[in-house]
Amino acid sequence: MRPGLILGLFLRTSRVEKKRAILTVAAIAVGSASLVLLLALGEGMGRRWKEAFAGMGTDLAVMWPGETTRSWKGLPSGRPIRPRIEDIRLIEERVEGLYAVSGELRNWSTAFTWGDKTVNGRLTGASLVYGGIRRHFAQPGGRFLNPIDDAQRRRMIFLGWDLATNLFGEQDPVGETLLVDNVPYTVIGVMAEKLQWSSYAGMDKDHAVIPLRTFWAQYGDDHLVNLIIKPLDPERMKQALAEVRTVLGAKYGFDPEDERVLGTWDTVETGKMMNNVTLGIQLFLGIIGALTLAVGGIGVANIMYAVVKERTREIGVKMALGARPSWITGPIVLEALTYTLLGGVLGLAFSTALVTLLGLALRHAPQESASGLQMMGEPTLSIPITVLTAGILGVIGLAAGYFPARRAAMIDPAETLRYE
Amino acid sequence: MSDRATPTANSVVIRMEEIRKVYKTGKIRVEALKGIDLEVKDGEFLALVGPSGSGKSTLMNLIGCLDTPSSGIYELKGERVMGLKRERLAEIRNRRVGFVFQNFNLLTNVTAYENVEMPLLFGNVPKRRRRERVEELLERVGLSDRMDHKPTELSGGQMQRVAVARALAMDPDIVLADEPTGNLDTSSGGDIMSLFEELWRQGRTMLVITHDKALARRSPRQVEIRDGVIVSDRRS
Repeated sequence: MRPGLILGLFLRTSRVEKKRAILTVAAIAVGSASLVLLLALGEGMGRRWKEAFAGMGTDLAVMWPGETTRSWKGLPSGRPIRPRIEDIRLIEERVEGLYAVSGELRNWSTAFTWGDKTVNGRLTGASLVYGGIRRHFAQPGGRFLNPIDDAQRRRMIFLGWDLATNLFGEQDPVGETLLVDNVPYTVIGVMAEKLQWSSYAGMDKDHAVIPLRTFWAQYGDDHLVNLIIKPLDPERMKQALAEVRTVLGAKYGFDPEDERVLGTWDTVETGKMMNNVTLGIQLFLGIIGALTLAVGGIGVANIMYAVVKERTREIGVKMALGARPSWITGPIVLEALTYTLLGGVLGLAFSTALVTLLGLALRHAPQESASGLQMMGEPTLSIPITVLTAGILGVIGLAAGYFPARRAAMIDPAETLRYE
Repeated sequence: MSDRATPTANSVVIRMEEIRKVYKTGKIRVEALKGIDLEVKDGEFLALVGPSGSGKSTLMNLIGCLDTPSSGIYELKGERVMGLKRERLAEIRNRRVGFVFQNFNLLTNVTAYENVEMPLLFGNVPKRRRRERVEELLERVGLSDRMDHKPTELSGGQMQRVAVARALAMDPDIVLADEPTGNLDTSSGGDIMSLFEELWRQGRTMLVITHDKALARRSPRQVEIRDGVIVSDRRS
């Protein structure tokens, strides 16, 4: 092969009309910039979606009570099954491989009063692990519920940030006392703002959370409206849910196979679907970008065909002097690669700058929840994108050089040398 | 790679037997060579004459391994050329054959020096030896002071001398010249022919195509070709 010779020949003999070279490089630059931009948009959107759908918590299953649909061991169908607070413990003890189980009690319309202001909102009683698995993180200066709050049935309340603003305005609510259906509670924390695009009982920003047993004490009902299950290994979700049904089925007398007894939303499943959707969108954007780049590549191939045609005699002379086919084709491929990579570097630099600027602009633009801008996310350049782009550029450059080079190798020296 | 001593008599450089070459363009079939038998010994000076279209250039392309015959036997220094790979043919052209063309066929964008160096590059000659060889050759054709000139800055005669230096670079078994004086004025043409004679006297095998009768008569052996066959083979 003698790569040194091929490089030497390339450096010695490649020269192209400036304007043509610039246009070709520009075509590749535009193509690779569009590829990178589209991929960055896709990446930003994917990340935003992932973040927003994780806002509620990840790898959770939400269960709610229903009725039996089959008779079981002499018991008729149509019986309502409502797990109670004590069942949380039971599930913890009997079901293996769980990260956490939480239960929820809920009041859809509760009067929250502070001073002379009353706001109606949603009140949730929840167990302590709830804060972690449902991503109820406190803003600095506050905290979520702790074990003592629940054990002593303390009247402590944690507020969603929208609810807090509605009630307290600009003032810091932590430490203040408010009335929940006329019972005084102390605010221990306000939820840190987060993106949340999925929910089963309204958005977290506008509910308030109190300890499960405090809720029970005030409203006198310990029938859970929701059970939240989080397995250690998301892949074991189906198994864990089946075990929960078995445990509760044994206690309440229903067929564990009867899936309607406890309504279930498996977010692992929907998460997978979501991932496929975002992957599909990214793939779609990537294909469009790659095609744009391929058009640039065709430009390079075109110019290389012209170059081969112009240098037909030169190629013939070199063949007569004893150049092997690879010494003719090598420099041509190298030349095509040079244009492609030069354009690619320019395109990458340009798109990097653009992505950075766009990111800055978007970060400072006002964004309404789930608006178009918010759904787009922040365009993000990642190493895989750069590597992918470089790889596609390399393939296109090689292809753009290979075919013209093959044409050059076909040149019959006897034919070319004869004529002026 | 120094110039050879006295020619070894009877050693055959070119042996052709029943060489035929057929071109097909579309449905038309042109038989350019219709059975050529030719033997050229080491150290010969041969002029190939004939009208245009007689098959001279085709024959030269075959001899120079730029093309392969349709049928027949061709041996260059004992090696059969039929059926060789493109790489091997390139190597033969590089080491065994030196070409001089009517229209010079220099690489226009590089200097005289680089033109002469090109076959040495292809022949994988180390850099220092290349330099020595190129300088020696350009000096021999009287162009030591034109080494860094591009072909466009040279006269026709000078360009052809660069081409001769290039043809000699790899010390080939045979120098093939196709109408080498066709594009030159009488004086430059005479210079080139004198250079060829000098090379021949030093033992080089020379094969010159020409339709200049006067030029041909100066050559010790004249082969005339017409319509693809050799019609006469004279030694003077």
